[in-house]
Amino acid sequence: MSVLIYAQNWDGKFKKSVYELLSYGKKIAENNGTELIALSLGNVEKDELESLANYGADKIYFSNNSAFESFDNEIFTAALKQTAEKVAAKEIILLHNNEGKALGSHLSVALKAGFVSAAVALPESYSPITIKKKVFTGKAFAHVKVNSDIAILTLSPNSFEIKEIASAATTEEMNFTLPTAKTKVESREVSKGKLLLTDADLVVSGGRGLKSGENWGMLEDLAGVLGAALACSRPVSDEGWRSHTEHVGQTGKIIAPNLYIAVGISGAIQHVGGISSSKCIVAINKDPDAPIFEVADYGIVGDAFKIVPELTAALK
Amino acid sequence: MKILVCLGNVPDTTTKIKISDNKLDATGIQWIINPWDELALTRAMELKEDANNLVDGVSVVSVGLASAEPTIRKALAIGADEAFRIDCEPTDAFFTATQLSLVAKDFDIVLTGIESSDYNGISVGGMLAEIIGSASVSAVSSLNIDADKIIVSREIDGGKETVSTQLPVVLTVQKGIAKDPRIPAMRGIMMARQKPLKVIAATSTANLTEILKFEMPQAKGKCKMVDAENVAELVNLLRNEAKVI
Ligand SMILES: Cc1cc2nc3c(=O)[nH]c(=O)nc-3n(C[C@H](O)[C@H](O)[C@H](O)COP(=O)(O)OP(=O)(O)OC[C@H]3O[C@@H](n4cnc5c(N)ncnc54)[C@H](O)[C@@H]3O)c2cc1C
Repeated sequence: MSVLIYAQNWDGKFKKSVYELLSYGKKIAENNGTELIALSLGNVEKDELESLANYGADKIYFSNNSAFESFDNEIFTAALKQTAEKVAAKEIILLHNNEGKALGSHLSVALKAGFVSAAVALPESYSPITIKKKVFTGKAFAHVKVNSDIAILTLSPNSFEIKEIASAATTEEMNFTLPTAKTKVESREVSKGKLLLTDADLVVSGGRGLKSGENWGMLEDLAGVLGAALACSRPVSDEGWRSHTEHVGQTGKIIAPNLYIAVGISGAIQHVGGISSSKCIVAINKDPDAPIFEVADYGIVGDAFKIVPELTAALK
Repeated sequence: MKILVCLGNVPDTTTKIKISDNKLDATGIQWIINPWDELALTRAMELKEDANNLVDGVSVVSVGLASAEPTIRKALAIGADEAFRIDCEPTDAFFTATQLSLVAKDFDIVLTGIESSDYNGISVGGMLAEIIGSASVSAVSSLNIDADKIIVSREIDGGKETVSTQLPVVLTVQKGIAKDPRIPAMRGIMMARQKPLKVIAATSTANLTEILKFEMPQAKGKCKMVDAENVAELVNLLRNEAKVI
């Protein structure tokens, strides 16, 4: 028996979130006295693959098959299913992102295994697995019991501490029997080199209080000195002041950075749903009664146009 | 070509969640169509109305008890041609997807919203595709029909992809699929009363997961206020107290 994690790569590189999955999976494997297996699909260099061993992987399976160049639910599900069967995986752990969520639901049916998305902590019990997850867009938690032998989880980002544990992992190439794809990627647009909102540890976010898209310069400066990514409230993206990829909240992205600075954002319940798991929330708002102060750790009541440049200067 | 939109009946997004008796306290809750499902329906209507498209009909389906019917009628008032209600309480995602498969197998394009705002999570669309063995794409932010070809865009980290897909297909859609949800007009509401709403008996199937209990997030400590004249103090707190920078 084993714990299987899917190590997604981005242009051949793993991200911190993959190491977080490994650290999490390692704890479960240690508890069960089983092995931690990592699966990598697509073109990843040997050095990068071996980095998975630094976070506790006992075995690393991989395939450089060109079928994995772009994502297809059926193809990736087939590969995961075949790996899970080979290693007798009892727990399958995936990233809580678009791919992970899609794979979790497909695999759940393919393996008749209960799927719990957005787990926030280690299981509370192991046979059967019960685990705490977010529900109602972070407004509550549920403790869920898995009724099947195999459990599939996605882990909420930033909910587990990454721990380096060097292990002597073996690497092995997999040969899969893959179906023919029913979908085809015709083209791809990616902006390179930009810090992704969902990866960022620090986020500076602006709301309608900034009055217009032209006023974003001061937020860009603040984000620049912090090395933070930018986000915004929904009206800001609806007005076209910022791209909808920056919209956070119940109908946008759900993020959990270490620091979230909300500038000129009132703190509507739909907005807060997307950011409430942030470790530390700072609110800058001219209205002392703005609901954002109810969820913030630190607050400043005042004019953003004065405070933000001062904050940037103080950070320099 | 026939489109089916799956409707989740969820608490209004402004709902303050309260738990009592280990269940969502339903008193005072306004139930709405899951916002993503509503956008999916809007896009389906746009495609049907577009003269170049080959969409013959738009149907909606919801898994729920009779109490879900106002939500279903709303979808008919927005313009769907017919509706199905699978008569049972939706429990876990696998159970719900299995029920939906009873209806979904007869359609070319099945749309589900990416994340239902209740506890069924994000999984119904993917599970449904796997059950009926159709193609599927998730995180879809646009849908176009070009002759017989289905072209969608899907969000990926830091960008997007244009993907073509075979039929039948289950698409899990998100923001961008339509701009604003449609609001039913008076005429639509009148017409909805005449439209068929078929009630289908549920099939028995296992629950792969079950909720044992709910828990509310811990109340936040009080917000520490920093004087607007002393912004440097905030930097100090973030560095030395919160230790986040
Ligand atoms: C179904 C549904 C889903 C939704 N999903 C989302 C979502 O995902 N994300 C989201 O963000 N919203 C969402 N909303 C919208 C949400 O209800 C709010 O309308 C929105 O979050 C408000 O955005 P805001 O805080 O930027 O603007 P406002 O509420 O207008 O707040 C502006 C704030 O700026 C402050 N301000 C003004 N001038 C200054 C100044 N000079 N200095 C400092 N502060 C200033 C004001 O005091 C005010 O608090 C959703 C709504 C619905 C109905």
